[in-house]
Amino acid sequence: MSFRLSYRADPGNPWFSWQYVRDNSDTIVAALREHASLTGRAVLIAVLIALPLSVLAYWVRPLAGPILGVTGVIYTIPSLALFAFIAPYLGTGTTTVLVGLVLYALLLIVRNVVAGLNQVPPDVREAAEGMGYGRWRRLFRIDLPLAIPGILTGLRLATVSTVALVTVGVLVGHGGLGQLIFAGFQNNLYKAEIMTGTLLCVALAVLLDLLLVLIGRLVTPWSARGAR
Amino acid sequence: MSAAANPVRQAVLWLNDPLNWTNPGGILDRLGEHLTISALAVALGCLVAWPVGLWLGHAGRGGGLVVLVSNATLAIPTLALLTILPLTFLGFGRTPVVVALAVFAVPPLLANAYTGVRQADAEARDAARGMGLSGGQVLRRVELPLAVPYLAAGFRTAAVQVIATAALASFVNGGGLGEIIRTGFGLSIAAGGGQILAGGVLVAGLALLAELLLGIVERLVTPRPLRRGRQRAGLPRPADATGRA
Repeated sequence: MSFRLSYRADPGNPWFSWQYVRDNSDTIVAALREHASLTGRAVLIAVLIALPLSVLAYWVRPLAGPILGVTGVIYTIPSLALFAFIAPYLGTGTTTVLVGLVLYALLLIVRNVVAGLNQVPPDVREAAEGMGYGRWRRLFRIDLPLAIPGILTGLRLATVSTVALVTVGVLVGHGGLGQLIFAGFQNNLYKAEIMTGTLLCVALAVLLDLLLVLIGRLVTPWSARGAR
Repeated sequence: MSAAANPVRQAVLWLNDPLNWTNPGGILDRLGEHLTISALAVALGCLVAWPVGLWLGHAGRGGGLVVLVSNATLAIPTLALLTILPLTFLGFGRTPVVVALAVFAVPPLLANAYTGVRQADAEARDAARGMGLSGGQVLRRVELPLAVPYLAAGFRTAAVQVIATAALASFVNGGGLGEIIRTGFGLSIAAGGGQILAGGVLVAGLALLAELLLGIVERLVTPRPLRRGRQRAGLPRPADATGRA
């Protein structure tokens, strides 16, 4: 069977079709690549903003409330509304999608990093001070390494929810696999296309999550000896 | 029009037009749809998640299941569920939208119901058993009242999340305030920028208002001695880590 598959070619409209996947592999791979790249960039930028913010909230106690409060309010704003705020200024494109995604990932990371930093045992902190560690040296040698489990939890949550959220970006131009889902819906409810997009989305989320768990194991060799 | 250069002014103009509020498919209609869909979805979510969560917590089993459900729904894109459900036996219309939103309401409701029962003071539970209460009575008279603050917290998280997610129902012509934003995008940014922004303000305003009001409700149903301890601990509530759409 070598005819080109259009949405009418298979009257059955099955939930999943290898033929669709084979015939549209270019589109699918492009969507997957865009999805992964949007997720990666959004989480990376969010980390770069979130880490200094978290350290600030950790060092300057009075700032902790406002920082967590503002990120919390942003998190309450529905994604569609957030994209609607940005789009009239930045137009429909990757930038708008990225800004929205970063803002959401921020809260998840900030909150978990702050929680992780606060869990550093006070006697460990005092011991470091007693050994003459300054503020910065203590941060990089003691506080941040001990907060890795919290940081990792935040990263995992942010990554998985960003993967799911990228799809909404379809309305403002770029939704990665969301384009497949949305196109399938508009294309006479082409189930195979919708399902392929969805399954790849979930698979990508699971894969990235496992990857982060693995990285976490590697960077915290001491935790392997613990209860978990 | 010079107003096109300034989306904020355009949005204010759009919101100031009374016809945009009262027309068929105007703001009031959309608000009604939005609230109806959300209320039905939260109700359905509670109906499913609370009994299961309370029972699992009471039996002390299924902690892994609760985590699994939360993680699984975190990975499913809302858009996918909204487009897939109408293709099943549910058919088009309001039902698949309500079911899809209810799916995303379940994790916070379930996790909080489970945690609420689990954290009930073991001594209180033992005392109730010692007084000769049956398992069901312990659940109803001891564990359930002690779990009320957690149930309220879960309800708030779920409701706010559903109200936020309901905006996406517009992707599948499901109605709600999201339709205003989608119509704006349909007009192109230059012409519809004001309407897009106005829709965003309405959707975000509703979500923040719901968060505020339900936060007050949550405080009211939390007995005073329980309030400060949890706030001072500063720990995120267990269900807070659920996804956003």
